[in-house]
Amino acid sequence: MTTTDATPVAPLGRRFIYKPRNWFLENTIRSPLRLVGLIFVVFIAYVALNNIVTGSYRIDQFARQTIFGLAQGSVYALIALGYTLVYGILLMINFAHGEVFMSGAYIGFFVITALQNSGFLYTNTGIALLITVFSGVLASVTIAVALERIAYRPLRNAPRLVPLITAIGASIALQQLFLRLFGVSTRRYPDVNFYVLPQLFPNLECHEVDGAEICRGLDLISGRYDVNVLGINLRILPIHFLVFFVALVMMAALWFYIQRTKMGKAMRAVAEDKSTAALMGVNVDRVIVTTFVLGAALAGAGGVLYALYNQQVTPFIGFIPGIKAFTAAVLGGIGNIPGAMFGGLFLGVVESVAPSMLGLSNQLKDVIAFSMLVLILIFRPTGILGEVLSHKKA
Amino acid sequence: MSLLRVNDIHTYYGRIHALKGVSLSVDEGEIVTLIGGNGAGKTTTLNTICGITPAASGSILLRDRDITRMRPYEIVQLGVVQSPEGRKIFTRLTVRENLEMGAFSRNDRDGVARDMEYVFERFPRLRERQKQLGGTLSGGEQQMLAIGRALMARPQILLLDEPSMGLAPLLVREIFDVITYLNRESGTTILLVEQNAQMALAIADRAYVLQSGYVTHADTAAALQNNETIKQAYLGG
Repeated sequence: MTTTDATPVAPLGRRFIYKPRNWFLENTIRSPLRLVGLIFVVFIAYVALNNIVTGSYRIDQFARQTIFGLAQGSVYALIALGYTLVYGILLMINFAHGEVFMSGAYIGFFVITALQNSGFLYTNTGIALLITVFSGVLASVTIAVALERIAYRPLRNAPRLVPLITAIGASIALQQLFLRLFGVSTRRYPDVNFYVLPQLFPNLECHEVDGAEICRGLDLISGRYDVNVLGINLRILPIHFLVFFVALVMMAALWFYIQRTKMGKAMRAVAEDKSTAALMGVNVDRVIVTTFVLGAALAGAGGVLYALYNQQVTPFIGFIPGIKAFTAAVLGGIGNIPGAMFGGLFLGVVESVAPSMLGLSNQLKDVIAFSMLVLILIFRPTGILGEVLSHKKA
Repeated sequence: MSLLRVNDIHTYYGRIHALKGVSLSVDEGEIVTLIGGNGAGKTTTLNTICGITPAASGSILLRDRDITRMRPYEIVQLGVVQSPEGRKIFTRLTVRENLEMGAFSRNDRDGVARDMEYVFERFPRLRERQKQLGGTLSGGEQQMLAIGRALMARPQILLLDEPSMGLAPLLVREIFDVITYLNRESGTTILLVEQNAQMALAIADRAYVLQSGYVTHADTAAALQNNETIKQAYLGG
């Protein structure tokens, strides 16, 4: 029997081959969702441009918001690294990571308050701040290690949904634990004046506090300075630069650790293939604990930095930054370390700049942050710096 | 005294009874091969020795020291090193980092540097590509890297799982040459798992035949090469 001409059949496999003529077709027409996304992006760009051209959005606003956004973004990046590190190794979203961040800020509060009461905060401000950061790191690390040991390790070989739900449970449990232990009231970080570089100020005033001589200089923590940069009048808060700088140093240290040390190499090996790494003599459990420790240390430091400029601490402050940082990690490409750094800074700047650039209420910044997540996922499901997931990771 | 002695091990994957009482021994300086069809339990045997899939019962002795319940990394530290099936090199680590991973449990920097030099001499291709990511190597190069990586651990006993899998015949020869060289010149004891039974028996001193989780034959390689049953089942008549 032969097939008749009346029923032509396209050769199998050829029917669905679609050759895009150009990028535009490939990325828009082919998928209606992408087309909607593109129209949305064009609309946003139009509104922003319009606000800039008509002068309702000014350059000094932009500069101020960018600086604030970089500080906020640094905190997001520090938290996002914890999500991405753990995901890279365990393929698990540690939703309790926001609470790890919160516990750093919260324990930091007790320490800095104690240092304030003893006067040490005024006599040796720099050291006192270091102690506060360090205790925040210690608290976060302790909680993360306990989480891994109690909640995640027993479920290592369970289906992937199980540790995810456990993580959400752990998140609520930690919030409630802090709530029961320390109450619902908002704790306030003390106002700290940390003077550096007195050389910057020609007419120095020195005065005595508790027997130590304090000379005024640039106040890194509580200072506000009106300066004129290139003809733009700006109010500058050095704390924002401090947060950004400390975060950059920590991220550089993390990068060095992962790329150059033996343990870092082992982490990359375990992330790629646990059982082969074990065959090389790597203690996989130890690598996993180390991953949690690194992520928690960054989050704990981030928590104290955040509390230093935000000042208010409650058991719930981990939730929104945690979700934002998770968003940042996905934006950058989850599992990708530079991606988390970039995603955090990007998200921080966009949510700080976008509301007023678009002429919207600042309260809509969360809407903007999460809309951006949706947009990025439409155009680049693997994140901005994300690699194509291998079938093993997908 | 055998270097490695496996006594009546049983291993399960969930409910599947993969090894049903496997016993074997490897003496110092020997090449012993483990042959058998798909699903016979060859890889499981190696993984059980390495602690990846621990035995439910039975014992594994390394120089009379019981390693049955040890963790994989502890077993590696004692000098039992496996080059796993399918090469399993780290594709996102450089060639050099892959070799360094092989030496992970060692602390003698000088010795590691010497062995790295030896591997590079043995496989000049790897020296040329030491800064490339492992994933960019060809199949043959990846196999060289996998063997080089196993050498970097300075094993007491090297467990090789299907080193010839998926390689062109010429490369298979080269890989087998290296295995023989390692054994004869460096005195490395080798437990070799192979589908290519003919090649394996040609270089091995002794062999075990596995079939659905049991050892069905154990003899010298020469004797098995002439065994009619083995010839028919594994050597193509």
